[in-house]
Amino acid sequence: MTQGIDSLGRVLVIDDDAPLAEMLTIVLRQEGFESQVCGRGDQAVAAFRDYKPDLVLLDLMLPGKDGIDVCKEIRSTSGVPIVMLTAKSDTIDVVVGLESGADDYVVKPFKPKELVARIRARIRRLEHPVQESLTIGDLAIDVAGHAVTRDGVQINLTPLEFDLLVCLARKPWQVFTREVLLEQVWGYRHAADTRLVNVHVQRLRSKIEHDPENPEVVVTVRGVGYKAGASKLPA
Amino acid sequence: MAGRSFSGTLRRGLTFWRRSVQARVVASTVLMSALVVSVVGWFLLQQTRDGLVDAKVDRAVAEAVTDVNDARSRLASIPGTDDDAAAQLQQLVEPMIGRAGSRGVSVVLAGPVGAEPLDLDSSGVRYSEGLDLGSVPESLLRHFDSSLDQAWAFTRIEYVEPDGRASVPGVAVGSTVQLPADGEYYALFLLFPMDQEQDTLDLVTRALFAAGGLLLVLVAGLTWVVTRQVVSPIRMARRTAERLAAGHLEERMWVRGDDDLARLATSFNQMASGLQRQIRQLEELSRLQRRFTSDVSHELRTPLTTVRMAGDVLHDARDSFDPGTARAAELLQTELDRFEGLLSDLLEISRFDAGAAVLDVDDVNLVDVAHRVVEMSTPVARQRGVTLRVTALSEPVLAEADSRRVERIVRNLVNNAIDHADGRPVEVIVHGDEHASAVAVRDHGVGLAPGEAAVAFNRFWRADPARARSSGGTGLGLSISLEDTHLHGGWLQAWGVRGEGSQFRLTLPRRAGMPLRHSPIPLVPSDVERRS
Repeated sequence: MTQGIDSLGRVLVIDDDAPLAEMLTIVLRQEGFESQVCGRGDQAVAAFRDYKPDLVLLDLMLPGKDGIDVCKEIRSTSGVPIVMLTAKSDTIDVVVGLESGADDYVVKPFKPKELVARIRARIRRLEHPVQESLTIGDLAIDVAGHAVTRDGVQINLTPLEFDLLVCLARKPWQVFTREVLLEQVWGYRHAADTRLVNVHVQRLRSKIEHDPENPEVVVTVRGVGYKAGASKLPA
Repeated sequence: MAGRSFSGTLRRGLTFWRRSVQARVVASTVLMSALVVSVVGWFLLQQTRDGLVDAKVDRAVAEAVTDVNDARSRLASIPGTDDDAAAQLQQLVEPMIGRAGSRGVSVVLAGPVGAEPLDLDSSGVRYSEGLDLGSVPESLLRHFDSSLDQAWAFTRIEYVEPDGRASVPGVAVGSTVQLPADGEYYALFLLFPMDQEQDTLDLVTRALFAAGGLLLVLVAGLTWVVTRQVVSPIRMARRTAERLAAGHLEERMWVRGDDDLARLATSFNQMASGLQRQIRQLEELSRLQRRFTSDVSHELRTPLTTVRMAGDVLHDARDSFDPGTARAAELLQTELDRFEGLLSDLLEISRFDAGAAVLDVDDVNLVDVAHRVVEMSTPVARQRGVTLRVTALSEPVLAEADSRRVERIVRNLVNNAIDHADGRPVEVIVHGDEHASAVAVRDHGVGLAPGEAAVAFNRFWRADPARARSSGGTGLGLSISLEDTHLHGGWLQAWGVRGEGSQFRLTLPRRAGMPLRHSPIPLVPSDVERRS
């Protein structure tokens, strides 16, 4: 790791608007992050491989290659948190971005503090590994080892999906509303966009459920939210 | 059961009658034709009968004259020595009965006349066998009380029972003959039946009825065919119009030939093409508008983000600036907030205008919404010296709605109330029933002048142009709220009186898509209503 001792993490900024990108690096530096800028979509994946960031800030409209495609490509090889920067808050754009693998999104114009809060929330989880073993449905979770296994076979989850699953598994008796999940997993103070939760629960289910249409691990409680399915492993 | 099915049939029949031009035209044509045919038929029948009867009467009278003359000459040829009147009468009447009987004519001889009124019941009457004497009309009998001239009358010829012949209409001709034996006059009645004429008349009647009936069928058929030719293109036009209205804009009518109906079809098609073109144009415009909105949003937001961040950096560092520059950084910050709010409101409005706004419906508890909004607005309210209070039941007041939009509506109403409360308390009332849920925001500030309740939702409208908007309103909040409410099929209404304050009420249907009939909260606050 080439990371400086005082740095909180490395952020790759992928945005074609040079003034905004520069402003972002200024703000990030003030907040204690290292950062690098990439201005083209078709160079983004290479920059990602070279820089090995802890988090990616990704604009959706890029020259060379669409932000959605960049997001999919990064996600196919890495679970690094991706925060989208979008100018469109319309449902369809946000949902397409989230479905392509982004963990969170910020709508322009955003307040710098808001952005930094999101970045911290996504990076913070790397800091305190706790030795803890949980079960949910027929899955075993090793929190410190960051591993989810079914019958000894490991299932690959992104950090965010892992956090979501751990959050539900820690309190299997509790029904989590979307707002509570937003606060605990994403670090939102005020209730924001519950579509975030819906999309990520769908993505999580597609990886861990036997039949995503009839989920047994992450169960929907109609009109309230989600809860963990009954544990099927011997304690 | 039978009654119900009958009334059902009747109703169906009436519906068909009301809906079908064809049925009405055919029916009225047939009715009028029937009237004309009946009048003509009746007239023809009348003429025929009169002609037949006149001819018969003429013939009967002529025959009677011949017969009576025959009888007279026979009487004259009898030697004058014989004075047995009864025998003479016998001689007179018997050959007549014989001859007349072969022609179907009946004979009655009575008399003598003059001395006393004729009476057919007396024994001296001689007549054809089987005849009922009542067949001789009374008027004809009385004629001979005063006259000896020939006379005739219509009658109905009856026959006595054993004979069995049916009665027929006929003509009775009466004459007098003088009997040489006693010099007295005797009345001689000849009764001519008109059965042949009756048969002819029956035949003519039947023929007329048959012809009239056939004529009516023909008229009905013709009318049906003709109206069908006119009505079927109209029906086609109706079906085409219905399909056009249902959104099948490519639908056109069939044009055949060059007549009026073909021209109707052509005009109809031109109209449809015009409409289609207009709608396409509007759709294109709306698409462009949406594209523009989205482009503006991206193009404007990226530089604004940079400015915003730069402003924030300056704002955070303002302590190290001289007072003037520090104040400038603060102003930059607040005005950026305002600019940002205005931009997002404008984009929201243009999204509504483009019809691009979509609902994300879920069960929303309006009590939670009210508490959340009040909690978030409390800092601003405190700055203005306004206290906020929520009045709601403990149980949830639910509505199927888009929580983001509903919260925005309530927030706008509360901010608006804080702006106009003049430091007096603002109350948020939540109430609902099984049909509708409502939130009302009541302030006790300046209120609204008459007529202002209607324009309060207009874009950039200000109650008082000189008034400051210190809570950062953009002037679009209430307009957006109204659009949001309409999207839900709800109501957003304002009440206000100068000096009494105002109340804004949001009413949403309990279930999405349900029509609203009433609101659980009165628009005029109860304390004001009591006083007035």
